[in-house]
Amino acid sequence: MKSSVIIFPGSNCDRDMDVALKKFGFENQMVWHNDAKIPKSDLIVLPGGFSYGDYLRCGSIAGKSRIIKSVIDFANSGGLVLGICNGFQILTETGLLPGILQQNKYLNFICKNVFVKIKNKENKYFKKIKKEVLELHIAHNEGNYFCSNDELKSIEDNGQIAVTYCDHKGNDDEKNNPNGALKNIAGIFNKNKNILGMMPHPERMIDPFLSGEDGSLFFENLIESL
Amino acid sequence: MKVKVIVTLKKGVLDPQGKAIQQTLNGMAFGNVSEVRQGKFFDIEINESDETKAKSQAEEMCKKLLANLVIEDYKIL
Repeated sequence: MKSSVIIFPGSNCDRDMDVALKKFGFENQMVWHNDAKIPKSDLIVLPGGFSYGDYLRCGSIAGKSRIIKSVIDFANSGGLVLGICNGFQILTETGLLPGILQQNKYLNFICKNVFVKIKNKENKYFKKIKKEVLELHIAHNEGNYFCSNDELKSIEDNGQIAVTYCDHKGNDDEKNNPNGALKNIAGIFNKNKNILGMMPHPERMIDPFLSGEDGSLFFENLIESL
Repeated sequence: MKVKVIVTLKKGVLDPQGKAIQQTLNGMAFGNVSEVRQGKFFDIEINESDETKAKSQAEEMCKKLLANLVIEDYKIL
């Protein structure tokens, strides 16, 4: 299986993602944002970081970069596109995913492990994961998901909520909402479920000695599902 | 010609920075400040002498890049 990780100026989780993808069997290639075309891939990843210094709005400049047209074409033809953290912000700025990630409710940069509840397994990203709750890492200043009421109704009706912040038992209530995100949303799909954007970093949880292994479950499932 | 654009959060959208500024002002003997909404200001020089054309271009810029219409409104001055 071939994957491509796009590097923007200011990306900083691109190499972690490269290590994670390779560890679980992907043949990964790094693609520069100013390239015109993406090499043949089964999966495209927009990594975390601070593309273009978060100027204007997080992800807005990257959302207009040269490579993005190829990413949009790939996504619209049904290809799997995964955006983590800043990658999620870029996906909303391109319009591939609805809504926007606003500044955290209490104006703080949050860097900690959180639990997320898998809300929909009828897709390639979570299909064979046996657990219902994963422990993953978040590190962001703008992770407060927001969309209009109409959009919220539409993403709920279409099963587009992928993961929500919760406690270790899976209670995804306001008490377990780290950043003020609407409905505790930590990640969403597009309608066809081939695009996933989420704030938590699975690539940071692939080593039992350093962090944890719930990220491993994510990548193991991904390579099996493709 | 020069076009000025102001981008602000839509009414009802949470503005935590505006709130923090308001509270600070309140603590600085500006107790009568009841709300602050923070926004962005753009000073754009366009090589175009026709005002209508320049403003319609600015409008496109707002829709496509300068504002995110999910949460923001824009005003061209």
